[in-house]
Amino acid sequence: MAEHVLHMPCTEADVRKLRIGDTVTLEDWLFGIRDATLIHMFDKGRETRLDLDGHAVIHTAPNVRKVPVSNEHPAGYAPLCIGTTTSARMERFTRPLMARYGVRIIIGKGGMLDDSKAAFRELGGIYLAIIGGTAALETTWIEQIADVDMDDLNPESLWQFRIKGFGPLLVAMDAHGGSLYDDVRKASTAKMEAYGAAGGRGQ
Amino acid sequence: MKVDLDLVEEAAKTLYIHALKILPDDIKQGIQRLHDQESNALARSILEVMNRNIQVAEETKNLLCQDTGIPIYTLTIGRGVQVDGTDLVAAIRRGTARATTEHPLRSSVVHPITRVNEHTSCGRKVPVINIEFSDQPDYLRIDMVPKGSGSENGSFLKMCIPADGVEGVKRFVVEKVTEAGGRVCPPTIVGVGVGGTADLCMKLAKIAATRRLGSVCDDPEGAALEQELSEAINGLGIGPQGLGGDSTAFAVHVETAATHITMNPVAVNIQCHSARRASAVFKDGAFEIGS
Repeated sequence: MAEHVLHMPCTEADVRKLRIGDTVTLEDWLFGIRDATLIHMFDKGRETRLDLDGHAVIHTAPNVRKVPVSNEHPAGYAPLCIGTTTSARMERFTRPLMARYGVRIIIGKGGMLDDSKAAFRELGGIYLAIIGGTAALETTWIEQIADVDMDDLNPESLWQFRIKGFGPLLVAMDAHGGSLYDDVRKASTAKMEAYGAAGGRGQ
Repeated sequence: MKVDLDLVEEAAKTLYIHALKILPDDIKQGIQRLHDQESNALARSILEVMNRNIQVAEETKNLLCQDTGIPIYTLTIGRGVQVDGTDLVAAIRRGTARATTEHPLRSSVVHPITRVNEHTSCGRKVPVINIEFSDQPDYLRIDMVPKGSGSENGSFLKMCIPADGVEGVKRFVVEKVTEAGGRVCPPTIVGVGVGGTADLCMKLAKIAATRRLGSVCDDPEGAALEQELSEAINGLGIGPQGLGGDSTAFAVHVETAATHITMNPVAVNIQCHSARRASAVFKDGAFEIGS
């Protein structure tokens, strides 16, 4: 249950050190990505000009305000409210994100499934759980929207955020096949089945 | 009572933004209650972060959650209220669009096939606008719910048959909550519709999911089911965010309707822990905001 700080981008060795139950605070850079972004990258063959190698991506589509481009807002957007969406919808994109773009960390809520778990183990990656629905707090960890690509998909563009003290986040799936969600899912499914077997009358 | 449509537009705008920023007291108390009863340390710490987020949202006047949801308005119109229904709906749409462009808010609404976003939180038949009637004289109330997608994706309908009994209904609810796990952002309010037609059954589940905590189904059979299902679901161990614990649901809410002799429908609609809602009651040329 160690506490870590990772400056992004990071290496495969950095993420392989982490174990489920550890906490991580990220520094420097984070990329925002979402359903439409991933569908366009992997189903419609669009390439991004942004370099995701060794980086962390968060499942998000932010609330932003369009502003003139300046040093403070180099992408022409001020962040208003940035939070996290349900990860499981984007399950089939974990492996290609890692294999083709070198992504090392996925941040989301609700957990991911078996193919992501296998990709994290084989390719060296982790899933960090953020508390869903706590976007006001999360926004205080974002310093700036540094860049944006595929902005025709707004708000599901590919965002690059400058971050400071982003966390602590919980390592919920690690590079060794560990998943905090698996134990909970197994136990709750057994209880659900027992409830059903008892004729929906409790245990 | 003659309805001022400019005031309705203003209320629709204000309610959307207010609901996204200020959590109702019953939900705040619900999080605290779950925290105080929770035996799992990680679950307790997650509930503390949720509490902290509510404070930060109020201090920074920010949205609680980035998901601006699908806007749902329920208008309750009393006796003697004079209004053109078409204009009323148009005023709600204008208010929704103004909240989105003026605040600004993320428009989370797209065409279902082209996926094109008009950046107004409006689209075909969205915002969802329900019209109800009340026997109160000169009464107009608007209830607003920004329904987040993480929990709305936790919606399920089963046309059980009479031979499945109420046991089949209960099993279905427990099974679907288990499958949804952490994806629906627990702790949740599990809304359950029992009876009606397929569409009414799901509407009942939505009404149940958005009812205030502490409220009880006014059908005693439904109320008994609420109690039983709440115990079963909080015994599953799913916990906040699906990471384990006692706090899977604040409550299970049930709404019932009569159904056909051959039917036994059950619907589940889930509300996440950011159970946002706001209301406006119109009086003397103004409106008062509540939860």
